[in-house]
Amino acid sequence: MMANIRLQDLRHSYVENPKSDADWALKRLTIDWADGGAYALLGPSGCGKTTLLNIISGLIRPTEGRILFDGRDVTDASPEERNIAQVFQFPVIYDTMTVHDNLAFPLRNRGVGAREVEERVREVAEMLELDTTLKERAAGLTADGKQKISLGRGLARSDVNVIMFDEPLTVIDPHLKWVLRSKLKELHQRTRRTMIYVTHDQTEALTFADQVVVMNEGEIVQTGTPIDLFERPQHTFVGHFIGSPGMNVLPCEVAGGRAIFAGLPVESANAAAYRGDGGRLELGVRPEFVSFAETGIPVDVMKVLDVGRHRIVETTQAGFVIKMLVPEDEPIPEGAAHVRFAEDRTRLYRNGWLVT
Amino acid sequence: MHGFGTRAMAFELRSITKRVGAEVHVHETSLVLEEGSFNTLLGPTLAGKTSLMQLMAGIARPTSGEIWFRGENVTGVPVQKRNVSMVYQQFINYPNFSVYENIASPLRVAGLAKPEIDRRVREVAELLRLTPMLKRRPNELSGGQQQRTAIARALVKDSDMVLLDEPLANLDYKLREELRDELPRFFAGRNCIVVYATTEPTEALLFGGNTATLHAGRITQFGRTADIYRHPADLVSARVFSDPPINTAEVEKRGDEVLIGELRLPVGGAARGIPDGTYIIGIRPHHITPSKPNAEAAAIEGTVVIAELSGSESAVHFDLNGQTWVSQSPGIHPFEVGSIARLYVDMNHTLFFDLDDRRVEGGE
Repeated sequence: MMANIRLQDLRHSYVENPKSDADWALKRLTIDWADGGAYALLGPSGCGKTTLLNIISGLIRPTEGRILFDGRDVTDASPEERNIAQVFQFPVIYDTMTVHDNLAFPLRNRGVGAREVEERVREVAEMLELDTTLKERAAGLTADGKQKISLGRGLARSDVNVIMFDEPLTVIDPHLKWVLRSKLKELHQRTRRTMIYVTHDQTEALTFADQVVVMNEGEIVQTGTPIDLFERPQHTFVGHFIGSPGMNVLPCEVAGGRAIFAGLPVESANAAAYRGDGGRLELGVRPEFVSFAETGIPVDVMKVLDVGRHRIVETTQAGFVIKMLVPEDEPIPEGAAHVRFAEDRTRLYRNGWLVT
Repeated sequence: MHGFGTRAMAFELRSITKRVGAEVHVHETSLVLEEGSFNTLLGPTLAGKTSLMQLMAGIARPTSGEIWFRGENVTGVPVQKRNVSMVYQQFINYPNFSVYENIASPLRVAGLAKPEIDRRVREVAELLRLTPMLKRRPNELSGGQQQRTAIARALVKDSDMVLLDEPLANLDYKLREELRDELPRFFAGRNCIVVYATTEPTEALLFGGNTATLHAGRITQFGRTADIYRHPADLVSARVFSDPPINTAEVEKRGDEVLIGELRLPVGGAARGIPDGTYIIGIRPHHITPSKPNAEAAAIEGTVVIAELSGSESAVHFDLNGQTWVSQSPGIHPFEVGSIARLYVDMNHTLFFDLDDRRVEGGE
């Protein structure tokens, strides 16, 4: 009984009479999430994702706009009426209860019959590989074990409209994170529930979600698949925020349909589309698509960071830093060198937005 | 950058141990840290990183062994009498002080002149992106800003030693990336020993400097970071220093071939010289890729268990003969879960370990 979720013309301000743009914690946005999808809200702290999460769950009433579940307006409905399951950053469990009773708790709470409770608990415990610990007290479990219970409690009820995850893996060790990441993905594939995952961590968002909503300063800067976000950032923020290191963003001019950076012409995918309407012009190219060459942009090699699988090389031209990735076994020149940007991966941005 | 003689070997743990009751928290450990060096303690939770740092700082006393600093035996000298700073994962600030006063507090205690305090506070605030918040109180800041305030307080005084215990763990991904870049810059040229504990291999690699891999209360290996990464002494060190996890399998080496069950792979690189027999091989995830890296690379096939995407890399967890292996490659490659992935193993970089987990050959 999952639902399509529509957030329509939402806007939210924490101040009494919002006037300027800065007064809006959430600028006007509309999102459609289809039943059964895996979605992520990704952005830095303060981007508005938590406000949005609280609006969906009913903890905050938006200043403007409607929230629709399957076309039904729930803007004024209480959190209980919305029927949402939530998993938080820190495990919310009862230490004195057994693992079994923790999983059963949300079901018993809603008066689900004993037989169905047993069935659901077994099913969820099996999916999360908690079936051998069902009789143990939750207090004795490790951090990831406890968070698994939290996940299990979110999944136990079959009657929820949506399951929302708020930074659920923050407290988990890196070598266990991937296990839980894969578990979550698998759970989505098995249950086909609508899930919304809120995080600042690109790996978690991109691994989990089919569609990622990237937010910055209260607005959506791009909605797309992981490939869209990597290959075609719609905004320089997306290029910078997604990818490690992020996209190089270099100031430029455009003359005769060609981008000019530091007085040097640079071929790009879209400079010809620029309409000459002014604005702040920048070139964006990911470090993955910059390589050393015989000719091209002259640079000074400043710093080489060996991160094992590749080297991150920091070069400069006219005081601007250009980062590039060099594979493990390839030589790196010292001092003065030339670099090239892959033409089809180099894009022009105007006032932050991709020129189309 | 380094001094000479005793100054170069500024800090020394001599056969220290730490037992609490019947439990051994730190097994016998000897370690020499150079003046001005950046040292990462890398290991999973409960490997002993925090215990070791507490001994280094003088917060805890070793059960046996000695601690030497700049030619003096400082064993048992408490933290108050040592010029050290510590930063923890969970930070504490003075709630009634502004950010500025929070950062300035250790300098006021030390009795520095006002202009000097001001200069230092502003420098460190700039580094930690706190300049616009200097007048605010901690409760008016985000969690990340509060943590940065606490880091700033530890960095502002000229400590002989700065110990940072997973200081970035609770910060936003991108901010963490920026601070990883900035921290070594901040310490560069200062005559202070930095010890940084982390569970993340990537952090150790980004900092460069030296790394100690820790496991179960022991330092398993210590040296220059890139050396430790490329030449792990044993399987435990290799495992600690690999994220995603290093792929392993028990194999038979026979002549030019490595046999993993039914699978036959060619022997490559330095491993060609080792005698035939049973080994454990270790292959780092980025040496298994969807495209063929070189002529000797061998094709393998496995069922996709999970595909993980970071912003610019893909990791595929796949099942090979009942074991889960991981491939990591640049770019975003979607893999259908349950499908068969064809991947290539770069045999030139394969690490070989004997049955006691000591590395024997291979791997450049």
